[in-house]
Amino acid sequence: MSDVTLHHGSEHAAEPHGHGHHHPFLQHHFEDLGQQHEASTLGMWMFLATEIMFFGGFFAAYAVYRWMYPEAWSAAAHHQNWFVGCLNTIVLIGSSLTMALSVWAAQTNRRKLTIWMLVLTLILGTVFLGVKAYEYNDHISHGLFPGANTFTYQHTENPALTPQIQMFMVFYFGMTGMHALHMIIGAGLLLWFIWRAWRGDFGEEYYGPVEVMGLYWHFVDIVWIFLFPLLYLIH
Amino acid sequence: MTSTTIDTPEAPEFIEPSSRRRNYLNHEYGVLSWLLTKDHKRIAILYLVSVTALFFVGGILAFLMRLELLTPEGDMFTSDQYNKLFTLHGIVMIFFFLIPAIPAVLGNFLLPIMLGAKDLAFPKINLLSWYIYMIGAIFGVYVIVTGGVDTGWTFYTPFSTQYSNTHVFATTLGAFITGFSSILTGLNFIVTIHRMRAPGLTWYRLPLFVWSHYATSVVMLLATPVLAITLVLLMIERVLGVGIFDPALGGDPVLYQHLFWFYSHPAVYIMILPAMAVISECVAAFTRKKVFGYKFVAFSSLAIAFLGFLVWAHHLFVAGISVYSGMIFSFLTMLVAVPSAIKVFNWTATMYKGSVSWATPMLYVLGFIGLFTIGGVTGLFLGALGIDVHVHDSYFVVAHFHYIMVGGTVMGYMAGIHYWWPKITGRMYPEWWGRLSALLVFVGFNLTFFPQFIVGYVGMPRRYHAYAPEFQVLNVLSTAGATVLAVGYLLPMIYFGWSMKFGRKAGANPWGAVGLEWATTSPPPQENFHETPTVTWDAYDYPAFLKAMRETQNV
Amino acid sequence: MNLADFPLFPEQASSVAGYVDTLFLFLVALTGAVSLLIWIVIFFFAIKYRRRPDNELAQEQEPPKSLEFLWTVIPTIIFILIFVWGSWVFFRLQRAPDDALEVYATGRQWMWKFQHPSGQREINTLHVPVGRAVKITMASEDVIHSLWFPAFRVKADVLPSRYRTLWFTATKTGRFHLFCAEYCGTLHSGMVGWVEVMEPTEYQRWLAGGSEGSLASQGEKLFQQHACNTCHMDQAGARGPVLTGLYGKQRQLADGTMVLADDNYIRESILHPQAKIAAGFAPVMPTFSGQVTEENLMKLLAYVKSLGADTQQTPVPESQASQQSSAGAPTTPPATSPSTSVAPTTTTATPTTTAAPAATATTGTQQ
Repeated sequence: MSDVTLHHGSEHAAEPHGHGHHHPFLQHHFEDLGQQHEASTLGMWMFLATEIMFFGGFFAAYAVYRWMYPEAWSAAAHHQNWFVGCLNTIVLIGSSLTMALSVWAAQTNRRKLTIWMLVLTLILGTVFLGVKAYEYNDHISHGLFPGANTFTYQHTENPALTPQIQMFMVFYFGMTGMHALHMIIGAGLLLWFIWRAWRGDFGEEYYGPVEVMGLYWHFVDIVWIFLFPLLYLIH
Repeated sequence: MTSTTIDTPEAPEFIEPSSRRRNYLNHEYGVLSWLLTKDHKRIAILYLVSVTALFFVGGILAFLMRLELLTPEGDMFTSDQYNKLFTLHGIVMIFFFLIPAIPAVLGNFLLPIMLGAKDLAFPKINLLSWYIYMIGAIFGVYVIVTGGVDTGWTFYTPFSTQYSNTHVFATTLGAFITGFSSILTGLNFIVTIHRMRAPGLTWYRLPLFVWSHYATSVVMLLATPVLAITLVLLMIERVLGVGIFDPALGGDPVLYQHLFWFYSHPAVYIMILPAMAVISECVAAFTRKKVFGYKFVAFSSLAIAFLGFLVWAHHLFVAGISVYSGMIFSFLTMLVAVPSAIKVFNWTATMYKGSVSWATPMLYVLGFIGLFTIGGVTGLFLGALGIDVHVHDSYFVVAHFHYIMVGGTVMGYMAGIHYWWPKITGRMYPEWWGRLSALLVFVGFNLTFFPQFIVGYVGMPRRYHAYAPEFQVLNVLSTAGATVLAVGYLLPMIYFGWSMKFGRKAGANPWGAVGLEWATTSPPPQENFHETPTVTWDAYDYPAFLKAMRETQNV
Repeated sequence: MNLADFPLFPEQASSVAGYVDTLFLFLVALTGAVSLLIWIVIFFFAIKYRRRPDNELAQEQEPPKSLEFLWTVIPTIIFILIFVWGSWVFFRLQRAPDDALEVYATGRQWMWKFQHPSGQREINTLHVPVGRAVKITMASEDVIHSLWFPAFRVKADVLPSRYRTLWFTATKTGRFHLFCAEYCGTLHSGMVGWVEVMEPTEYQRWLAGGSEGSLASQGEKLFQQHACNTCHMDQAGARGPVLTGLYGKQRQLADGTMVLADDNYIRESILHPQAKIAAGFAPVMPTFSGQVTEENLMKLLAYVKSLGADTQQTPVPESQASQQSSAGAPTTPPATSPSTSVAPTTTTATPTTTAAPAATATTGTQQ
């Protein structure tokens, strides 16, 4: 994702070629800021389409095994702490709100508010990741991390379910891990955006990057909205 | 400027004379000016060099296989070595040559020019995609050097996850990484086509090259991530020893095949659609006519891209899917053949009362139409359930997809490289040698692969290191053909190299063709056009294009 | 070099080969004609309209647009016809006749192991009688394989996760190739063998060479070795369900759903007993995954099958009875043969049991 927004940044229209003076963030191969803005927004939407297919493959495999092994899936979901998951969902929805507010602030020339909202988004995102790390630690200490050596858990009521529960945990760690990776990338981008907002790059003329960043952040949020019920709530 | 063969105004009208000496090739010098370039044309050259290198790696692997298959006994290589040869041949050719070849080289070079844009929408992402491709390729080369991989390019589980003890992880990681290069290229193309068209360039004025690349990009964008996640699951299974696809641990090996082919069948269209793009351009240029049925050809590309997503399970007819899903996928497979047939008929009809040139690209195009037709109709054999049961995983399949990928994609690629070579380098290749290479490739190709249809139907399974003696005669023919084919592919390497220094200088429009790329100098200037061009003509509209050229010249 | 040794067309040696070849040759003719037509038209245009000084620019004269309609609709119709014909052939290839001789095959890196109902085992060679339908039930011990008989035009992937079947009726005696068609590792190309199609009498003689007892009786021994009979006591009130008369029936599970007790159900119930619990029973059965080889599983399966599907048929099959039940019948259809041990009504009532009819046909003919 980083790629899409990365290049809006530091390029100060390196080569003047007779277009008169234009906005410092207008890249030379675009006609105007409008075209640039539209291109980067569409680019992000296209990137999200590819992301949907990426997670979609994961969800499809999850669905197949859920259908094959409903009992094991149910037993495994009981190991999830739905309360913590719920808490994290709220944290993440909150971060989406602050992200949306930062876009609005950038659009309306509120530099300080933009910075603060971005910082708040970053904090909430970090809280989410922290809680996730706590949950991971908990699972690992119960021997639930999939792997020939690490998965020591035994389902006592019905030992035959053990390998299937391990498969559930593969999907759990795989899907939430992939989601967390997206969060970490997002957090890195936020740091960079905070710096840029502090530098005063954004304003009503040029807020596209913040908007694109927002699209990404909301997408990651929505993925979690799907993951949470599938991995925590459905028994 | 050498004169052109017809009375097209030879001067590049959108370019001021003073800028003619400067072009994208001599704008900057030095290794870094290439490795850090954001110019789509230079990135295309980077891709050209890398895919050509990997094409020859894959070609050598293929040739070694053909040598082994001269005799029924496995006497030249061990079984293990042979298995690694065909696996690496498949991986190198598919992931590192066929998929990037036309889009990343010709698409990259031409798409912005055809749209009248200065560059792709995201030049840095474009460069990044090349680096990602190179990292993937380095994994591929690392695997070749350190002992290879023997799973077949399809990485079928549980063999790849539990049984093979070769470099499966590094290979799948390489394929995984390369996938992102393809995704980024597709993303860049889609945004560029949507947002960066020159004034007056409406959708129905777009060259068919652009339409086809648009369809390709959609497939790249939506299918490749599914391969990525499939390979991630495979890697997790292999590294952690958990059962996602391993039946011993409750997994389903057939699910892997579903996920894999959900990408890999559309990937066939990633390979063939860009070749169709090239063919449409060349047919128009070398008959000096509008492509017959422009809208049918344009929308057939989109139809292929769409239907291509719905036919993956025709690779699983004997793998254990139900009879009814078999029927559904067989039916959809028949439907996806329709738009391909439409294209072939339209290209043929375009030649009617045309001014048909026999230049090298056109010879490749004629070869493409002939070979693609055979490849396409044999696809019908495979789509028909009753026949597929017999020929699945036989040499019939090998022959079929080589007719599509070599007879189709590589012929299209060769046609395109010859056609745009003067635009890319500013110099002409030697025509006589070009025609010879086209002839050699055509003859060599048919001799190599036609016998494989027969030997497959007779009963030779694919991926066999040693085979029953009654298959030998046809295999010897095939190897003989491969030798001719190899010469046909080596020739252009030599004369293209030669032409860069000694070739006749090409004018802006050496073919007398229509299109924005022929309205700028050869090679194009760094920003493609000095002033953003305004398009007043429909695609391939010769009279309107010539009129527009004259008017701009007179201004 | 004798060219006859290098065939350009495979031998037709099964009842379905003709169907496949007819469709194949039809497609060769049809697509050959169309391809040839396209080639001729291209050549004709390329020569007739080649660039000359007087046609440097093309004439803007178009063929009629109605062509588009024609070459969209006509191919679509033809393609759908091909689909229908191909599916028709496919159905013939898929549905095995009910009286087929049952053979079990196990694929492993890198050999084929076949087990005949009468107990014979062979590796990389399969003996079958001519003129009699043969149904092969297959599983893999390791990776995916694929069993292909080119002369019979049939093939099916062999999976490590469940049973697949494949059938053919050989129409010619002789020796034909069998291949592994799905790449399975280093010696994939060595995973080949022969199918020997024999006259029925010769086949009977060959069968007589077996010594280990029928597959079902071997299965019965395993049934006791693994102490299956301590729970599956064949009486109501036992800890395990009654198996007599189970095969081929719909049965109710603990969660209320119905499931067909077929090969894959029995396989799953042995390997993963908890997956589907029969209604009225506690999930107490341990898993036998990893303890029973694929070959032994097939013996157990043959045994369970030999118990028949008719619940009214009370006698517990002795090893001798099951031996009879599984022997291959010669060319005559089983129903017409004299019956000594099993009532003919059984055979007609339960067509899904393939073992029972065979029993009626061959009693006393073997060993």
